[in-house]
Amino acid sequence: MKARSAWRDALFAAIALIIVLAIPLVHRSPAFEDFIIRLSAMALFATSLNLLVGNTGMVSFGHGMFYGFGAYAFALTMQLTALPLPVAAVLAVLATTLAALCVGAICVRLSTDYFAFITLAFQMLLFSVIISWQSLTGGDQGLRGGLPRREFFGFELASQLHLYQFCAVVAVLGLLALRHITMSPFGQTLRMIRDNENRASFLGVVLWRARLSAFTIAGGFAGLGGVLAALFVSGAYPELADWPNSGQAIFAVMLGGINSFLGPVLGAGILLALNDVVNRFTEYYGLVLGLVILAFALGLRRGVLDFLKVAFPGRAK
Amino acid sequence: MDLDALGACLMTPACVVTQTTSGLIVGMLLFLVAAGVTLIFGVLKIVNFAHGTFYMLGGYVAYTALGITDSYALAVLSGTLAMALFGVLFERVLISRVYGSNVLMQLLVCYAVVLIFDDVVKLVWGPEFHAMGMPPAFQVPPLFIAGGVVPPFYAVLIGIAAMIAIVLGLGLSMTRLGKTVRAAAINPQMVSALGVNTTALFAIVFAVGGGLAGLAGALAAPVRSLSPGMGFSILIESFIVTVIGGMGSIGGALVAALVIGMVRGFGTIGFPQFTDGLIYIVMIIILLLRPQGLFGRPT
Repeated sequence: MKARSAWRDALFAAIALIIVLAIPLVHRSPAFEDFIIRLSAMALFATSLNLLVGNTGMVSFGHGMFYGFGAYAFALTMQLTALPLPVAAVLAVLATTLAALCVGAICVRLSTDYFAFITLAFQMLLFSVIISWQSLTGGDQGLRGGLPRREFFGFELASQLHLYQFCAVVAVLGLLALRHITMSPFGQTLRMIRDNENRASFLGVVLWRARLSAFTIAGGFAGLGGVLAALFVSGAYPELADWPNSGQAIFAVMLGGINSFLGPVLGAGILLALNDVVNRFTEYYGLVLGLVILAFALGLRRGVLDFLKVAFPGRAK
Repeated sequence: MDLDALGACLMTPACVVTQTTSGLIVGMLLFLVAAGVTLIFGVLKIVNFAHGTFYMLGGYVAYTALGITDSYALAVLSGTLAMALFGVLFERVLISRVYGSNVLMQLLVCYAVVLIFDDVVKLVWGPEFHAMGMPPAFQVPPLFIAGGVVPPFYAVLIGIAAMIAIVLGLGLSMTRLGKTVRAAAINPQMVSALGVNTTALFAIVFAVGGGLAGLAGALAAPVRSLSPGMGFSILIESFIVTVIGGMGSIGGALVAALVIGMVRGFGTIGFPQFTDGLIYIVMIIILLLRPQGLFGRPT
């Protein structure tokens, strides 16, 4: 895409980041900071899934495996080695990317429905391995004992404010990178595959290679989300790799809108906020969430941002 | 991993009989659920994520019906019929609104139903586990086959499921309704153009699928405990069965359900910690060798 739109995105990201970082300077609210930390992990996770779902038309039911994988890879690296935190994070993301490449190499050639289920099977396989490999992962108890507190560049992640700032910066940079990939010629190719894979193939696009690239990139960014999640819970738990987590990401994507880049971020925010608010009032969270989802699915019939696009077509694409 | 134990078990007839029976129980219950999933997918191209909910509600309805009527046969019947009705309502009220829309939109609607009814069950029956208990007619000494213990209820359960498999198979291939359903699976517009009321047909398909899941739930209630969320695990396994067998193939679902049942039955001896993992590995291998499933039509 044009350089101008790249600058506009960067400017938008910078403004968003400045606002988020400025809020604690004005008013400290632990609940809000917690929310943003969780949102940053979830937003990366959901947006990376949308690279597959919304852009490439690949419905993966097992995306949570990379979220969990990233969390475990990061937490294990931190606990077993003395590497600095940023190095451990980069290693975890690289390991997750490699895992996504291996899983993707097996999965991407399958047709839609079977692709969805084989990714789910891989996720459940990872989940079973985590549960049964007790000596490494702590089994169903998860990796406890917390992450070692290592200061870097004056950052001390045991402090909630520093964790907040770190997560916000990582999430915004990660989203900006994903935005750049989405708008690149490669991103256009993915959307061409989504709209008409035969035509894309006739034009010389090697379908499996493009799909595998998308799957690998998406896996890597989900791993980055997992790193943030591990930082938040200060460890790693099997639930992070369990399949309801993949479901959460899918709902975030669907609630926010699959055809808008920021849709999954908004969806993740709605889902987390709903979770916090409803749990305060009732133990029947599922009942309320289910009714909200039904209202969205049958009322709007698309995600919020997609709905706004249709309702106000005059605005920018 | 304990391959010695597995080898030892395979050498003793008693152990083989016991594990085969427990494998058959798992397999047959899975088949009843997966047959509905695969039927609904075959005809409507809808992946019914709420199918586990039918199974769960079938079990709970049977539990309550047993308390009222004191007859297990009536309990099973009411669980089955209630879920057939529920299936029709589910199709008419919710699913019919998302025909032809994004797969994920259908998933969303189904999952909403799963969430809602898990909580409805908690509200009505409480969050705790319920045990239905073996019906009095089956509280008799177990059968011994080659030294292996087979409770009579298991034998009846396997028999009922096998009978359903035969009726379903013959019904689909021999009766007029079955042929119409199969035709609708291939080309619903054409079937509709030929004067068949496809709206009613789709509702019937959901009634059959829901009824089978309800039946499975009612049959499983005496052997397994009832809990909110019990639909979740059987849902995943019935999807595995559906996918391994080939989506839309009833025969494939039967074979795949038996394969998964046997992997479970004997896997608990050889890989007690990793039985679930074993099933996913089986699924991955089969999908790699035959991407359309064992009995699926290549796309």
